[in-house]
Amino acid sequence: MNVSGFIFQALNGLSSASGLFFVAAGLSLIFGVTRIVNIAHGSLYMLGTYVAYSLATKIGGGFGFWGGIVITACLVGLLGAAIEFVLLRRIYRAPELFQLLATFALILIINDATLWLWGPEDLLGPRAPGMRDAIEIFGRRLPTYDLFLIVIAPVVLWILHLGLARTRFGRLVRAATQDREMVGALGVNQAMLFTAVFALGSFLAGLGGALQVAREPANLAMDLTVIGDAFVVVVVGGMGSITGAYLAAVIIAEVKALCIAIGTVSMFGMSLNFSKFTLVAEFLVMAAVLIARPYGLLGRPQGAVRGVADPEDPMRPATPALKFLGVVVLGALMAMPLMAQSSPYVLILGIDVMIAVLFAASLHFIMGPGGMHSFGHAAYFGLGAYGAALLVKWLAAPMGLALLAAPITALLGALLFGWFAVRLSGVYLAMLTLAFAQIVWAAVFQWEDLTGGSNGVIGVWPPAPFSNSSVYFILVLLLTVIGVLALRRILFAPFGYAMRAGRDSPLRAEAIGIDVKRVHWLGFAIAGLVCGVAGGLFAFAKGSISPETIGVGRSIDGLVMVLLGGIQTLTGPIVGASVFAVLQDTIMRQTEYWRALLGLIILLLVMAFPAGIVGGVINLLRRWRTAS
Amino acid sequence: MTDLSIRSLAKAFGGVRAVNDVSFEVARGEFLAMIGPNGAGKSTCFNMINGQLRPDSGEIWFERANLAGLAPREIWRLGVGRTFQVAATFGSMTVVENVQMALISHAGETYRLWKPAASRYRARALELLEQVGMKDAADRASRELAYGDVKRVELAMALANDPRLLLMDEPTAGMAPRERNALIALVKRLVVEKGISVLFTEHSMDVVFAHADRIIVLARGRLIADGDARTIREHPKVQEVYFGTGKTFARVEPKPLEPQP
Ligand SMILES: Nc1ncnc2c1ncn2[C@@H]1O[C@H](COP(=O)(O)OP(=O)(O)OP(=O)(O)O)[C@@H](O)[C@H]1O
Ligand SMILES: [Mg+2]
Repeated sequence: MNVSGFIFQALNGLSSASGLFFVAAGLSLIFGVTRIVNIAHGSLYMLGTYVAYSLATKIGGGFGFWGGIVITACLVGLLGAAIEFVLLRRIYRAPELFQLLATFALILIINDATLWLWGPEDLLGPRAPGMRDAIEIFGRRLPTYDLFLIVIAPVVLWILHLGLARTRFGRLVRAATQDREMVGALGVNQAMLFTAVFALGSFLAGLGGALQVAREPANLAMDLTVIGDAFVVVVVGGMGSITGAYLAAVIIAEVKALCIAIGTVSMFGMSLNFSKFTLVAEFLVMAAVLIARPYGLLGRPQGAVRGVADPEDPMRPATPALKFLGVVVLGALMAMPLMAQSSPYVLILGIDVMIAVLFAASLHFIMGPGGMHSFGHAAYFGLGAYGAALLVKWLAAPMGLALLAAPITALLGALLFGWFAVRLSGVYLAMLTLAFAQIVWAAVFQWEDLTGGSNGVIGVWPPAPFSNSSVYFILVLLLTVIGVLALRRILFAPFGYAMRAGRDSPLRAEAIGIDVKRVHWLGFAIAGLVCGVAGGLFAFAKGSISPETIGVGRSIDGLVMVLLGGIQTLTGPIVGASVFAVLQDTIMRQTEYWRALLGLIILLLVMAFPAGIVGGVINLLRRWRTAS
Repeated sequence: MTDLSIRSLAKAFGGVRAVNDVSFEVARGEFLAMIGPNGAGKSTCFNMINGQLRPDSGEIWFERANLAGLAPREIWRLGVGRTFQVAATFGSMTVVENVQMALISHAGETYRLWKPAASRYRARALELLEQVGMKDAADRASRELAYGDVKRVELAMALANDPRLLLMDEPTAGMAPRERNALIALVKRLVVEKGISVLFTEHSMDVVFAHADRIIVLARGRLIADGDARTIREHPKVQEVYFGTGKTFARVEPKPLEPQP
């Protein structure tokens, strides 16, 4: 570690900051005007790299490369406008959660479309014509192209700045960012403005992606990594602030570069390799900023947060019919091991469904009655699973002890993360929970010595008699039923009421002596605990656990399960999780393009069945009753 | 004996001095009206007394405690009830559950995880609802209620902890004139029975002059008059504020959906 090494890494950091800045600036602009967090923005960036690759290789030469970059940015801008026009325009008034999910569906669809068009291989573009060489700095070689990237980001920032300050369009964008009602009052064609902003934001993402073509290979994982980073940048910089986005992109990139520059350090007799903690460091920066300045470095407080959905009906205890149905279903499930002789797969599916139910019910607990849209529920699943698996791996603990450790690990994580999360609301809460989940994921991924890194932990099989899948199925069934009933019981108890009171009207709740933050914090912890049980059961069911099973994907699966069933009822998550798990294990395994299929299901849900399956059935029953 | 004593209270938002050096007292059992044009600083005053806003300076003495800087829930525990200018109830609960929630919190049972909440203090909640005339609607969802009825439910909730001081910010906003008079008469009867002191704001002058024991007038953040109905009616500064601008005492209703800080 020396000064020249630092400076070199710092320059490197600046050049990677530029790509990040383009995506984040676009994301921020779009959010400022339309109040939509476009999770698919990373996908537009990824498309940018792929399209630029094709243009650079097919046309070739200076024009193919440099002209290709400009053409790519324009094409992606057009695509963005089309997405806004066809899809997002319909959901501006929908609850925030639905908007997030709809754009997430786009990620899935764009990813599969890219797979279909370009195939699964990584594609490295040609080097930039005219900038093939490198200059020597402190005895190391820095590519000229990297220097170009360092310069281009502030130039674009400056152009954007001038554009926003001097043009009519810019004034409208600023006015809309500050006060949306005003734009309507001015008689501006709001629809046009939104489409234009979406096009501009997408243009920036496409440009950022295209510029990377000479630097890193285009690959299918870019969308999620880039959006993760861009989220961090936007949240750190402040939603809606472009200068903030640049500042934050530089800070984040520099912190990462610093970690790499520091390298391995020996402390207290332990050697710690900082370059392995870049992911963790990034999210720690975000968490720290959010705690000190909840609206980011240059952001302003956002107005009131819209609700998850329409207000729900008062909770009523289960009707005799529902109780009867529950007993019948339970009876049928208990009988399932009898069928196992003829088709053993049924039990495996059954276990998957049960675990999904427990996972979804715990997420629903905080999302529905608590009103906290966690986008990182996988964290507690992962903590539970790893808590159990690591105990088996390192201490050869018996299954009973490991299954006890699972909820405890998850509870501790939820207590820690929840304490911060309940201080925020709406999209900020969603992003912070996502960031925490990424921290858990990154820690597991990068702490190879303890967790086995990307290989995960294997050999976590249940001992006899649970090695028999019928017996294990019964255990899972039992714990799931206990977990779901306990959550239900809590929701009907004073604590559950207090949680809903805090969601319905924090003002009123505080005015009758309820400590809303603390109630929501404990609710968060309870959900984490139950989710940890699901994680522990999962580890033993699969015999292993790896980082990829506890990633963003699982968090989103949970959200889809809850919304699929319907967020407003207690049976919703159970039905949703069952349907989703069965779909996933059957239809989705059949096709290579299951992501796109899932994306279409989500879009259908958001647009056509906002109340979910159970909500839909209830509405149908109601209509049927009034008709007869 | 004074119950609430406000001394040199001040709060500014950016450059706007919403409340500027305001001092007044509420005597035990008094029914005190605070009036003033829109934006005079009434709600800001209420929000400081109830703890939602921290005063820039000044003291708020209630019995033997200085409330300035305490959290709303702490102030509530000291025996101060509150209703809001924009009525706030729990939309996903029934009417009676709303009141039960307040009673549960009062009993310190918020963190109980087992016994169903619906069975707790139902009788007492129904009693409170009866007092405000809402017993018949007990099992309806509170979000289905007419706005005037929501205000009554709020009142029942505010009474749940047997407060000794009740703060009511425009309890009758959004009601028909007939209904207003009835509600204020009802409040007055209840508080006299229970010996509660009340500080309330109200835009309808008929109601204020008919029921308030004493009236204080706020304009642009300053207290400009303090006295009984007669004094206020004839006070030159008050006349200037209300009549001087060509406006009358019968004021235009504020928008019911004005955001609360
Ligand atoms: N959170 C806030 N931020 C900035 N300014 C505020 C805020 N709350 C109130 N104000 C300003 O303070 C002044 C007093 O407002 P307040 O709501 O206290 O008036 P009011 O007397 O209750 O009026 P009304 O009769 O309309 O309810 C107004 O000029 C208002 O714009
Ligand atoms: Mg007011």
